[in-house]
Amino acid sequence: MKKYILTSTLAALLTLGGFSAPALAGPEDVVVENAWSRASIGMNRPGAAYMTIRNTGDEPVTLIGLTTPLAMMPEIHETKTNAEGVSSMNPAGEIAIAPGESVALEPGGLHAMLMRLQEPMTEGDTFPLTLLFDDGGEVTVEVPILGIAARGPED
Amino acid sequence: MRRRAILGYGAAGVGAVALMLFVGWWQVDGPGGPEPVGQRPVALTEMDFRLTDHEGNAVGPETLIGRPTMAFFGFTYCPDVCPTTLSDISGWLDDLGDEADEMNVVFITVDPERDTVETMAEYVGYFHPGIRGWTGPEEQIARVADGFHATYERLPTESGDYTMNHSASVFLFAASGRFVTMIDYHEPREFAVPKIRRALEEEMEGAT
Repeated sequence: MKKYILTSTLAALLTLGGFSAPALAGPEDVVVENAWSRASIGMNRPGAAYMTIRNTGDEPVTLIGLTTPLAMMPEIHETKTNAEGVSSMNPAGEIAIAPGESVALEPGGLHAMLMRLQEPMTEGDTFPLTLLFDDGGEVTVEVPILGIAARGPED
Repeated sequence: MRRRAILGYGAAGVGAVALMLFVGWWQVDGPGGPEPVGQRPVALTEMDFRLTDHEGNAVGPETLIGRPTMAFFGFTYCPDVCPTTLSDISGWLDDLGDEADEMNVVFITVDPERDTVETMAEYVGYFHPGIRGWTGPEEQIARVADGFHATYERLPTESGDYTMNHSASVFLFAASGRFVTMIDYHEPREFAVPKIRRALEEEMEGAT
């Protein structure tokens, strides 16, 4: 435990100091592809955004949260459909991505749930979404807003 | 005692065979994957409910008899499953082309508190023009869900709002009102479209 804390502190210091520590999975190892979202009707309904997050580094990375000026409460949620065909949605918690692996946020599975929108999501616009990682790293991606009936990033 | 045991084995054997037959039917009839194991809906002719469509018309199960029907549940405050289902269905209807005009396609809300007639009208307007939006008093929605053997549940969210868990399958009925099959949530269209054609063909043949 003590050792872990020490390592973390060291890591934090190294990051703060601007050293590129090769053992640490920094934001430069995370690639976000095919980000998209659907337009909203007004601001009362939550929005959803989708993307693929790839860890191109040698160390695991863990996604711990989201921030965006678009929504007060952005959070990764997961839709699950049980054997009776009933769908439910819950916060997904932290998402670990192994080296060389990727995680897909796509309709019917994981998605960035954008609760308490600060403005309507208008088709044709984009918004910045920042992914927060457990090592303090951040990756910001510009998410295009497609039509309400969009089915994927190319729609 | 011994005889009893043999009878017991016999019954178990029959049960095992029945189970195997059942499993076989299940796998063959399914589109390469199991359908939801929930109960199947009753025929539309056995249902009894009164709702309002997104244009303010009074509707009920009898509205659907005479044409094949595709029906599903959802709510307009749903960020993931419902727009996905509605856009999937819009894609299937595009694939079906003119055939789609011969069907009823009905989106029934499980959240009548927020989904008024006006809300439903605005929402369905973003999808295929063949999709109708139905809403009504809570107790009538409950009767619909009963007939479909569908479930829904209201749950509070962290943001102080609420969300709905609900059956996400798409139900297909023949023109007679008889239940044909269901399409699982987010099922690929190469499985979904043939299932819809099956419901359409039942009508052509004038079966029951």
